[in-house]
Amino acid sequence: MSDQNTEALEPITGIEVPVYLDYNFTAGRATARFLTGVKNGKLLGQRCPSCRNVYIPPRGCCALCGVATEEEVELSNKATVESFTIVHIPIPGNPIKPPYVIANLVPDGANISFLHVLSECKNEDVRIGMRVEALWKDASEWDYAMENIQYFRPIDEPDMDRDEIGRLKDA
Amino acid sequence: MRDIAIVSFVQSDCVRNAGARNEVELIMPVLRKALDAAGIQSAQDVDFTCSGSCDYLQGAAFAFVSGVDPLGAVPPIKESHVEMDAAWALYEAVLKITMGQAESALVYGFGKSSPGELPIVLSQQLDPYYMAPLWLDSISTAALQARTMLDNGDITEQDMAEVVARSRKNAKSNPHAQLKGDVSVDELLAEPTYLSPLRVHDCCPISDGACAMVVATVEKAKEWGKPYAVLKGIDHRIESHNFGARDLTKSPSTEAAAKAAGVDKGPVEVAEIYTPFSHQEIILKRALGLGDDTVINPSGGVLAGNLMMASGLARIGEVAMRIIRGEVKRGIAHATSGHALQQNLVAVLEEA
Repeated sequence: MSDQNTEALEPITGIEVPVYLDYNFTAGRATARFLTGVKNGKLLGQRCPSCRNVYIPPRGCCALCGVATEEEVELSNKATVESFTIVHIPIPGNPIKPPYVIANLVPDGANISFLHVLSECKNEDVRIGMRVEALWKDASEWDYAMENIQYFRPIDEPDMDRDEIGRLKDA
Repeated sequence: MRDIAIVSFVQSDCVRNAGARNEVELIMPVLRKALDAAGIQSAQDVDFTCSGSCDYLQGAAFAFVSGVDPLGAVPPIKESHVEMDAAWALYEAVLKITMGQAESALVYGFGKSSPGELPIVLSQQLDPYYMAPLWLDSISTAALQARTMLDNGDITEQDMAEVVARSRKNAKSNPHAQLKGDVSVDELLAEPTYLSPLRVHDCCPISDGACAMVVATVEKAKEWGKPYAVLKGIDHRIESHNFGARDLTKSPSTEAAAKAAGVDKGPVEVAEIYTPFSHQEIILKRALGLGDDTVINPSGGVLAGNLMMASGLARIGEVAMRIIRGEVKRGIAHATSGHALQQNLVAVLEEA
């Protein structure tokens, strides 16, 4: 071989092939109603006509029963910590400085939790069953996003018993 | 193989844009109707559930997992998924039943292609080193195939237009079709080319929608007391992803699958074949050994509406429902996947 280009003789062990695909994403009819609610400062769930469970964000169907959810339920700003984690590793693009708490929160009146940030408390004080409430940003900043809630913060209420979290009295 | 009973089949309308609806909202209505037609309540009442879909279509990661929500999957069910057309999900269900691990199965497929640029999205089906980085889209590869056939003298543009005219005419009796009506071959040939030699009408439309099917052992179907069509044979074969290694004018994988499925073991009254591009119907008709006495794509086929990841199962469902309604006694269905008919599945159906 008389190839002077030594690089050409090296085996190729990898190539970079970036993929760009553009989408006009839609969230779904039920989730779109939820996001419209959030834009107006409300948390809207949907109740299953069969098992009476309330879903948030609703996806148009009860995952337990497999039936469509229709009835809309406005939920409270108060919620209970179902589980949580303390994040120590910085995530690129995330403006929140670690360590911070991400919690699975079950809003009053619903069975299903969603993820949000917990603040205004010591990380080591966070516990399952802890009662919290949403701190909404100024209404001028509201968009179709859960970031309208700046974070959840503790409230002065007794902890909920673990077995009671996500259990609805009328479900 | 063991006889399998196709008990019910339901498909949604093919629509260009399903609007806000997500996968759950697309699947739920057809699932409900297919279960009702089989006389069962939910996925709890079958032994196995399998779906076909592709998250790249709508650009929603794990949409196929969310798609499980309408099943009523609590307590947990035995469930599987293929990142392919749901015709292959049926194939998996057939294997499960044949192995004696299930007596009944629910199969469904869904596709929401409208959010993305479908032909570009489908470029990602190509091999990731040499082809996909070129962004070779699915219409371009089909155009390459049609050009080769025209240059060989295998087909004429008139032949292609005749396929389209018949599809649109047949689709008039299909309430789910997206494109239908009377249009002459001359009118079609007067249209400009889109990606030469293909005209827009030579390409299937982009559609959103879903379909669902309930299958069972013949014994189980009799127990349910529902009419059914019998799946006598099903087979699928694949060709190389390297276009240079293929003769694009023929479909040896379809020929092999047709032979294995037993297409030639009886008369073929009706054939629903998955032809996203008009010239492909001519390739497939030859590969399947179909004569002029076979009615091809009485529903209009996918040139009248193409639910990606569901149209293959819908071809099988179309034939099954014609048999269940007593219109025909024996027919075949075909599904394809990948570019330029890379992978093909053939199913043979007969009356009970």
